[in-house]
Amino acid sequence: MYGLGIWRGLQVTLTHFVNTYLDDIKWGFRRHIHPDAFAERQSLAARGVFTVEYPDEKLAVPERFRFIPFLVVENYDHPDRPGYDWCTSCGICAKVCPPQCIWIVRGKHPDTGRPKPEPEAFFIDIDICMNCGYCAEFCPFDAIKMDHDYELASYDRTSAHIYDKQKLSKELRYWQSIAPTYAEQEADARGGWEHKDVLKQRDKAAKAAQAEVTDKTD
Amino acid sequence: MSEQAPVAETISPTEEALELLQKRFKKTVRRDDREGYGGIVVDASRLEKVAAAIHDDLGYDYLSSATAVDYLGQGDHVEMVYHAYRIAGGPALVFKAQTPRDEAVLPTLTGVWPGVDFQEREAWDLMGIRFDGHPNLKRILMWEGFHGHPLRKDWHEPFFEEELKPFGSRWPDGHVQRSEEHNPYGKNVQYPAEWSPEAYESPAEPAIYDNINLGVDVRTDLATDRVIVSLGPQHPSTHGVFRMVVRLDGETIEGLEPVMGYLHRNHEKIGERNTFIQNMPYTDRLDYICSLSNNLGYAISIEQLMALGARYEPPTYRAEVIRVLMAELTRIVNHVWAIGFLLNDLGAFFTPMMYAVIERELILDFFEATTGSRMMCNYMRFGGVAADIPARIRGVANLINDRVRDMNTMDYLHSLIHERLPRAIDQLDEYLTTSEIMTNRCMGVGVLTRDDAIAYSAAGPVLRASGVPYDVRRAEPYSIYPDLDFDVAVRYHGDVYDRYLVRLDELRQSIRILKQVLPLLNDTDGQPVFTGRGVYSPRVPAGESYGRVENPKGELGFYVVSEGKQNPRRYHVRAPSFINLTALEQMCKGHKVADVVAILGSIDIVLGETDR
Ligand code: SF4
Ligand code: SF4
Repeated sequence: MYGLGIWRGLQVTLTHFVNTYLDDIKWGFRRHIHPDAFAERQSLAARGVFTVEYPDEKLAVPERFRFIPFLVVENYDHPDRPGYDWCTSCGICAKVCPPQCIWIVRGKHPDTGRPKPEPEAFFIDIDICMNCGYCAEFCPFDAIKMDHDYELASYDRTSAHIYDKQKLSKELRYWQSIAPTYAEQEADARGGWEHKDVLKQRDKAAKAAQAEVTDKTD
Repeated sequence: MSEQAPVAETISPTEEALELLQKRFKKTVRRDDREGYGGIVVDASRLEKVAAAIHDDLGYDYLSSATAVDYLGQGDHVEMVYHAYRIAGGPALVFKAQTPRDEAVLPTLTGVWPGVDFQEREAWDLMGIRFDGHPNLKRILMWEGFHGHPLRKDWHEPFFEEELKPFGSRWPDGHVQRSEEHNPYGKNVQYPAEWSPEAYESPAEPAIYDNINLGVDVRTDLATDRVIVSLGPQHPSTHGVFRMVVRLDGETIEGLEPVMGYLHRNHEKIGERNTFIQNMPYTDRLDYICSLSNNLGYAISIEQLMALGARYEPPTYRAEVIRVLMAELTRIVNHVWAIGFLLNDLGAFFTPMMYAVIERELILDFFEATTGSRMMCNYMRFGGVAADIPARIRGVANLINDRVRDMNTMDYLHSLIHERLPRAIDQLDEYLTTSEIMTNRCMGVGVLTRDDAIAYSAAGPVLRASGVPYDVRRAEPYSIYPDLDFDVAVRYHGDVYDRYLVRLDELRQSIRILKQVLPLLNDTDGQPVFTGRGVYSPRVPAGESYGRVENPKGELGFYVVSEGKQNPRRYHVRAPSFINLTALEQMCKGHKVADVVAILGSIDIVLGETDR
C-alpha cells in the first residue's frame, strides 16, 4: 500500500521522540542533577537522542586527548629546582613538527658561548599547530606534552596566538592531573618522578659514592 | 545478494605484458629497471597504441590511477605513471611514458579509459603535461590564468621558505615570525610578467560554458527554454564548496560540468616538502570523515617501500587487527554519515542525519580515547600503530563543568558491535529503505551502467552498485583481510537507490568483520603494536610504491617515489572522491535539477579529498 513505508519510518521517529522523554521520567525529572544521569545518557545504554549541553555540561576528555602542547616544568615548590625547564632545547620537536610551528632559541653559556641544555626562548604558533601530537611523542625528555584545555578563543589572533615559554610552561603536577596513567608510566620508564638528567646525575653520584666506599674498604 | 571477487593470480603482470608487447611493439616498450621501480616504460609516440593493447588484449580494463612525476635533475623529464587493473582482481600493471620537461606533450588516453579524463587535466594543471587530443584540457584545481604548474620541482610559491622540512630557521636560533608577515595579503599570489589582475578577464567562465556547448549565448539568448545554471559553490547540498555548471532544457539536464578546486591547498606539494612521517597527520585532512583509513593507506604504501630495505619488520598481528578494527569502524562512521546526508539532499532536513550520527558519536568516543582525537586521528605508523587501545575509556575532569565517564574498552566495543550498531543499522533500514520518499526519488535515477562504471574508473560503492563486485580488500588483499570472512556487497541497477543499498549492505558486512575482529583482539592481547624504529625522521629506501586500500568512498591510493632520503620526491593521492566525479555528467544527463543533488549525494564526496 502506498505510504506504508513512510508510516513505518515515522514510527521510528516517534520511538526516538518518546525514548528521549522517557529518560526524564526515569531520573524523576532530575536528569540534570542526578550524579549518574549524564554518564548514562552519553553511553551505549542511552535510548533517545541527547546532546551535551555545552557549556553547562562538558564531556571530560580522555587522557590521550591532544590539544596544543605545553612545556613541562618542575613543580614550583620543588625543593631543588622550582620551575626549572624539563626541555633541553635538543630541537627534535621543532624538527618533527609537520607544519613547523615550533621555534626554539637554544640556550648558551654566557661566558663560553657553548650551547647548554636549556631553551632561551620557546614559541609555538597555535594558529598553525595541527594538534598532531608528534612533539610529545618524540621528545626524549618527556618535556613537552599535549594539553586538554580546548577553550582558547581570544579577541585578537595577531597578538595572542603565539605562545611564548612563559605561557607554555606548566608544572609537572598539571600533567599528572590530566593524564595520571601516562605520567606514571613515563616516570616508571625514567626510573623516578624527576627529570631524566637529574636521575642520571643522581645515579652517577650514587655510583661514585659506592665506588669510594669500596675504595675505602679495600 | 553478494558474490565474492576472485583472489589474485600469481604471475607477474610485468613479465606477461612485456612478452606480448615487445613482440608487437619491439624496442618502444622496455622494462623499467631503475632500482626499486617496476613495470614498463613506453615510448611516448606509441603510448596510445600500447595502451589500447593493454586494455583490449591484456584485459586491463580498469585504470585506477594516472599521475605525473617530475624528474628534474634525474634525466630532466616528466613521467606519466599509470596503474591499470583487471576488474576480475589481481595486481597492477604499471606503465609509464616520459616526455621532456620543457616541451611536455603526451597523447591522451581518454579514448581507451574515459576515467583518465580528470586525472589528465590534473596532470596538465599541476605538472604541465599537455595531452594531445584531450577533449577538454583545462586546469581543474587551479584557476585558469594561474601562473605555472605548481607540482614542478622548480616552481616556488610566493612565500617560499625552503625546499624541504625541517626548516633551518626553527632551531637553534628560532626567533619567531608569523607566517602572515611573510605572506601579506595581496602579495601572496604570483602573476606572469606584464599581467595585472585588474585588467584580466577570466577565460574560465566562457571556457566552461563553451565546453558544455550550449549553443546559446547566455547574455543575449536567455529567452529560449535552454539555460545554464550554476549550482553552488555555496549551496549546502553540494557537500562543501563545489560547483556544477549545468545546461538545462526546461528542467532537464543536458550537460554538466563539475568545477572544483575551491579547497585546493596543494596537499601533494606540501607532502613533498614534508618528511615521510610528517605526512601522516596531513592524510587525516584528506577525507576528514575517514582519517583512520587514510592513515592506513599511507602507512601501507610506505611500508611497501620500507620492505625493500634491509632492516624492516612488518607490523605484528595485533597491530594489523587494530588497523582493521579502526578501518571498519571508520567505514561504519562514513556510511551512516553518507546515508544521513543523502536524506538531507532529498529534502528530509537533518532528522535522519541526526539519527545516523548518534552511532557515529559513540564510535568517535572510542577513537578519541585511543588516538587522542575524534576526527584527526593521526594513529597509524610505519610498522604498526601509535599506541595500543586503552584499558578504559575514561575522561579526566579538568575544565569547569566537566562530566566524567568511565567505561571498560573491551566491554564497550563488545556491546557496540554486538548490540548497539546492528540495532541502529536495522532501524535505519526500517526507517528509510521502504519509505516512498526514498523509492520515488532514488529508483532509476542517476543510472551508471556496469561498463560505464568500469570505464570511468568509478570506485567503491558507486562501482559496486553498478554490478561490479570489485573490492580492494578481496581483489588485492592487504592487512588481515584474507583471514576474515565477509562478502563483497554488490547491487545491479547502478542507480541512487542501489548505491544506498550497497552502503547498507556494507554496514552489515563491516559488523560481520568486526565480530570476528573482537576475539582476535583478545587473543593477541599483550603483543606489541609497533615494530618500526621510533625515530623522528626515518629514511625510506629508494623506489616507488603504490599502496591502495578500500576506503569507504572507494579506492584510495598513495603513489610515493622515494630517493632514499628523509623526504619523498613524489607523493600522489589517488582520491576516490575526485575520480568518482568523472562519471557525474554521465549519471545526470536526462534527469531533473533536483535529482542532481541526490545523485551527487549518492556518490558521497568529501571536498577535502576532491580538491586536495
Ligand atoms: S624535543 Fe623535548 S627536550 Fe627537545 S627541544 Fe623539544 S621539548 Fe625540548
Ligand atoms: S602538536 Fe604537532 S603541530 Fe602542534 S606543535 Fe606539536 S608537533 Fe607541531
